[in-house]
Amino acid sequence: MSTTITIKNLTKRFGDVAAVNNVSLTVEPGSFLTLLGPSGCGKTTLLRCIAGLEDPNEGEICVGDKLVFSSSRGISLPPGQRDLGLVFQNYALWPHMKVDKNITFALEIRKMPKEEMKKRVKDSLAEVQMEGFEDRYPREMSGGQQQRIALARMLAYRPKVFLMDEPLSNLDARLRMDMRTELKRLHHISGATTIYVTHDQVEALTMSTNIAVMKFGVIQQMASPDRVYHFPANLFVADFIGNPKVNLLEGCINGSNAVQVGDFEIRMDTHSARGDAVVAVRPEDIVVAAQPEPGTIEFTAYSVLPAGADSTIVARRGETEITVKVMGISKIKMDQKIWLKFNSDTLNLYDKESGNLVAAS
Amino acid sequence: MASLEISEGVPLSVRLLANLRRFFRWLTTPHVLLSLIMLVVLYYMVVIPLYRMVSTTLTWQPRDLINTPGAVVGEFTLFHYIRMLTGPLGKIYLQTPLGHSFTVSIGATLLSLLIGGSLAWLVIRTDMPGRKVVNQLALIPYIMPSWTLAQAWLVFFKSTSFSGGTPGLYEFLVGQAPPTWLSYGPVPIIICSALHYYTFFFLFVSAALMSIDSSLEEAGELMGASRWRILRKITLPLVVPAILSGFIMTFSKVLGTFGGPNILGTPVRYYVVATMIRGSMGVGDKADGFVLAIVLIMFSVITIWINQKLIGTRKSYETIGGRGFMAQLSKLGMMKRAMFVAAIIFQILVIVVPLGLLIWSSLMLQDGNYSMDNLSLQHWIGERGTIYNHGEPGVLRNPKIYQTAWNSIRLSLWTAFFTALLGVLLGYAIVKGRGTRLSKLVEQLAYIPYVIPGIAFGAVYIAMFIKPLGPIPALYGTFALLVVVSVAKHIPYSSRSGVSAMMQVGRELEEAAAVSGADVWQRFRRVIFPLTSSGFVAGFLLTFITTMRELSLIILLVTPQTQVLASQTMFYIENGDGQMANIVILILIGLTLIGNTIIGRFRGGSLKKGLGM
Repeated sequence: MSTTITIKNLTKRFGDVAAVNNVSLTVEPGSFLTLLGPSGCGKTTLLRCIAGLEDPNEGEICVGDKLVFSSSRGISLPPGQRDLGLVFQNYALWPHMKVDKNITFALEIRKMPKEEMKKRVKDSLAEVQMEGFEDRYPREMSGGQQQRIALARMLAYRPKVFLMDEPLSNLDARLRMDMRTELKRLHHISGATTIYVTHDQVEALTMSTNIAVMKFGVIQQMASPDRVYHFPANLFVADFIGNPKVNLLEGCINGSNAVQVGDFEIRMDTHSARGDAVVAVRPEDIVVAAQPEPGTIEFTAYSVLPAGADSTIVARRGETEITVKVMGISKIKMDQKIWLKFNSDTLNLYDKESGNLVAAS
Repeated sequence: MASLEISEGVPLSVRLLANLRRFFRWLTTPHVLLSLIMLVVLYYMVVIPLYRMVSTTLTWQPRDLINTPGAVVGEFTLFHYIRMLTGPLGKIYLQTPLGHSFTVSIGATLLSLLIGGSLAWLVIRTDMPGRKVVNQLALIPYIMPSWTLAQAWLVFFKSTSFSGGTPGLYEFLVGQAPPTWLSYGPVPIIICSALHYYTFFFLFVSAALMSIDSSLEEAGELMGASRWRILRKITLPLVVPAILSGFIMTFSKVLGTFGGPNILGTPVRYYVVATMIRGSMGVGDKADGFVLAIVLIMFSVITIWINQKLIGTRKSYETIGGRGFMAQLSKLGMMKRAMFVAAIIFQILVIVVPLGLLIWSSLMLQDGNYSMDNLSLQHWIGERGTIYNHGEPGVLRNPKIYQTAWNSIRLSLWTAFFTALLGVLLGYAIVKGRGTRLSKLVEQLAYIPYVIPGIAFGAVYIAMFIKPLGPIPALYGTFALLVVVSVAKHIPYSSRSGVSAMMQVGRELEEAAAVSGADVWQRFRRVIFPLTSSGFVAGFLLTFITTMRELSLIILLVTPQTQVLASQTMFYIENGDGQMANIVILILIGLTLIGNTIIGRFRGGSLKKGLGM
């Protein structure tokens, strides 16, 4: 019952700028794909092209077996004929209609019988836990409530595909957390193919079955959250995902399965690559010791930032600065000497010039 | 849009079909289709008239054959420009009137600034008592026709020493004629225009003052600056954009105003360009009149261009509407009461006294005799065939006046309807197409009438519609022409308020409807129109009022059959029936006030919105 979405060579230009540049991807039935990237990377434009709110310049889009856009054949179905629903960043509830009217709008267009409409309103409100809000105007509700109604409005006409454009970005942190839980649950129950746009990496990692990281209108990597996090395809993805940020250590491969960074050496499988390289290591993958141990490198604790569940330590050695994350409140004092240990399993090696992943150990 | 670079191997027929489909889809996009329709409308209403006007001035006209034998009608010539811009004729027709126009416009604008600016400051930023009352009364002069004050001025200052006619109240009381410079010419024109147009400054400056965060001023105060210094160094610079906008608007309005200068200037041959255009047109010299109109337009364009250079964008005054800071009010202290009394006296002088004079004048059997036993209702309800008013019956028994009043109401209703409708359509076309060249073109074309002074705009329309034009029949002398010209002149205002109304309807609201499956008509009917309707109603009522008292625009276009109240007053005045004119003015004000009361009842309707702020 779920729907596949296939996009082929899609390009959308605004003037000379290609907001979406030759993008091809397939969204598997029932999957939750997140388009992730900084603002201006083309993620929203791509979503709007799929929804039919923008006309791409080139390419093809299929929703299920329906060809909804094709530049070579001059086809572009209007948004309403694409069997999809869209939740907007600012909710876009019609301010002059009460909640029930907002929900029945699409149903009326589909000429649904009155009884069925009533049932749909009830059901969809129940699904977002907003029973009894039928008679409210949008402005009489809080942001979180409006967002739920916007969701209910989409659920009521049961589109085959859910599109969501940064639906949580206008909510406060606490509410965002709650809504993430709800949205993931909703996707789990409905099983509808979902494309979700966000610039929030935590949102992407927590909710998706797949993440497509975008930059300059091009998909940098499309993979499961686990792969995107642990094996970023290039430096941009590595740098974009993760908090605190990944450590990127510039150095030179010195032939013997080791990378020379400043005055120390990091041992790792270099896959017979050579030349300048960047080693990426996540802050939580580094082990800190207060005493020297074999295979450790001496650093100085430049700053220590405890945050309850974990602590961040910024360590320095010469020009090199490394961020380390440890569990719990760290006992390490500022300016104290510490010894860091890199686990070669967790290191990724990138070619410095291209920025692409050379080796995954 | 359509691009032809498609991968090889696709048959030509498929490619053609694809491009055809794409073109058709582009064409049927609502905002594109609407933009194209609007382009056609603007082309006929704005571009063609301007083109016709310019081409008339550059070709030989049948009339020129009298002076210039051998000229071929329709051939290119600079004759009209040379004649009107140079030599002794140029001096009489253009140079002197242009000088007068500038004197009057600059004088009136400066005086307006002084009055409007100080009133705005008193009302918005001081603790003067009764600010609400003053605020409301401040707009009344703008609601009255612009030449009301001129006419009232004459009732008071008319001078027998000069015109030999009946004396004004001043002469009656003092026993001596007032000096001519006080009765006629630039001084009274400037005063009367300023007392009408200061409302622009008042509105612009109050909006700007409201949007200034008073902490900026408080910061100055903490550093020990005196109040005068703060006003000069902090407050004034912050309202400069508003002042400049008010300056441009007032200047170009006064430049194109016909009523006041005609009443107060023409009797002493103090001509401005606006009255000169009418003179030339009156004797049938269209080409010469058009040259004057073009000169007037040029100056108006230059002023607006300077304004753009100075403040960066022509729309800058749109951005000053935002409010939201709690302003700390300046303490006037001892001056508090005095200021209030002064403001109220001022308002009595510009509202109550002029109206009182007009009423009194309308009740005098013989003009200029201010004794009680001269009071009569002759001019209101007198019989036909008396020695008064060339035998015309009193206004209220005069079928001609009823016809004229009906014309006024009819004209205002139609104009208001079409203007409001165009506003919504233009707003939609421009906002939805934002960023496309088409949308920009529509917006720019819609702006053109703004730079054309009222009387020149009327002149432009004479050039057009004399002969059938495309699908449009010959409109000259018809009522429809008055509607068309009034709608056309309102286009800049309606498009601007349409755009701002449409901007408030986030594009997601329409997109959400589109995704839900609604077609264009359903989107318009169920989402866009309900959300812009209050703007539509406000635009409708405001246009109704401004059209009701519009004179400069239509004075060149009315015929005895299509006479409206505003033009009727002018014809009575020129005919020497000033008292009848005064009654018609009073009726006009009455009708406008009724309209204004209705506006007040509608949510969101205000004079401010009508000015596109």
